[in-house]
Amino acid sequence: MAKPKLKEHLINRNWCKGCGICVHFCLKKVLELDSEEKAFAARPQDCIACKLCELRCPDLAIEIITE
Amino acid sequence: MAIKDYIRERFFPHMWCPGCGHGIVLNGLIRAVEELGINKNDIVMVSGIGCSSRISGYLDFHTLHTIHGRALAFATGIKMSRPDLNLIVPMGDGDALAIGGNHFIHAARRNIDMTAIVMNNRIYGMTGGQYSPLSGYGILATTAPYTNIDHSFDVVKLAAAAGATFVARSTAYHVQQLTDIIKQAITHKGFSVVEILSQCPTYFGRKNKEGSAVDMMERMKDVTTPIGSKAKKENPDLIERGVFVNEDKPEYCSEYNKIIERAMKRN
Ligand SMILES: Cc1ncc(C[n+]2csc(CCOP(=O)(O)OP(=O)(O)O)c2C)c(N)n1
Ligand code: SF4
Ligand code: SF4
Ligand code: SF4
Ligand SMILES: [Mg+2]
Repeated sequence: MAKPKLKEHLINRNWCKGCGICVHFCLKKVLELDSEEKAFAARPQDCIACKLCELRCPDLAIEIITE
Repeated sequence: MAIKDYIRERFFPHMWCPGCGHGIVLNGLIRAVEELGINKNDIVMVSGIGCSSRISGYLDFHTLHTIHGRALAFATGIKMSRPDLNLIVPMGDGDALAIGGNHFIHAARRNIDMTAIVMNNRIYGMTGGQYSPLSGYGILATTAPYTNIDHSFDVVKLAAAAGATFVARSTAYHVQQLTDIIKQAITHKGFSVVEILSQCPTYFGRKNKEGSAVDMMERMKDVTTPIGSKAKKENPDLIERGVFVNEDKPEYCSEYNKIIERAMKRN
């Protein structure tokens, strides 16, 4: 089975509380917090679509959309 | 179904603090239910009172938000009248083992088919950081400003000794294991106990200088180990994760039905 390829990071800015869990535990260092303390994909090209950020988000605020 | 189909979106963003481990338990639980493919109308979630217990409000199952420590008693009533439904009972550490300790051991002893999830942040989060029976010796809490001298229960050992037929432990850091264990617990016929170490950065973390939610999750990685690992033999203080008990024993509702049949034959 081919590995799923990333299409986009769907981040719900209204739900994200800026805890930084997704940022810290992403092994590829794809995510960062912006000036409003909301998560965003700073380096989407490095994402391996492992979805661990999605699974660890306490606020259900991040979703990995794959092709 | 998508994650959104399992939640009551109108109540989001939820009330938990930034980085609260209870949100990760919610996340993992939804995925467990989704992967099992259980119809959400066949699930009844019963909770008591506490930050943890607020979980029932966010899920689009049949839900009851009851009283502190008594979730298992309400769940027992529902299961006895509708044994066909899946009962999931998330509880806080105070909820399950302080005020609710008696319900906990007796539900385990009866082996009634339901899944008890102890969202263990080792503190009373909702009421401002009092110590709980799971805080442990040496911990700081608003009610233990000079350190706690109470020793904690080991939920896994307590549940197993009381008769629970499925007993497991994981953490908010180990999300894949958490989801897998909840799936096994829901599928198991009998009383299942899942302890999930959850972080409360606001009270436990702040009081005990454990840092941010991220730091607390890093610690979960450091202080736990898979059951029977080499690391455990070298360092007995490590907390084991995994499935400790998984056994078949007559289940309470099935046995009760047999009693009804026996009684009916007499007349
Ligand atoms: C009968 C009763 N006693 C006490 C309380 C006050 N109370 C509310 S939540 C709570 C404890 C919460 O701690 P825990 O169960 O660990 O849940 P958490 O908030 O940490 O998730 C207490 C003592 C109550 N609501 N009802
Ligand atoms: S884990 Fe969730 S809430 Fe926390 S920063 Fe990332 S997207 Fe936001
Ligand atoms: S899917 Fe994996 S690699 Fe991609 S941002 Fe999330 S944690 Fe990082
Ligand atoms: S007080 Fe603690 S347990 Fe309650 S929502 Fe905040 S972090 Fe979570
Ligand atoms: Mg608690």
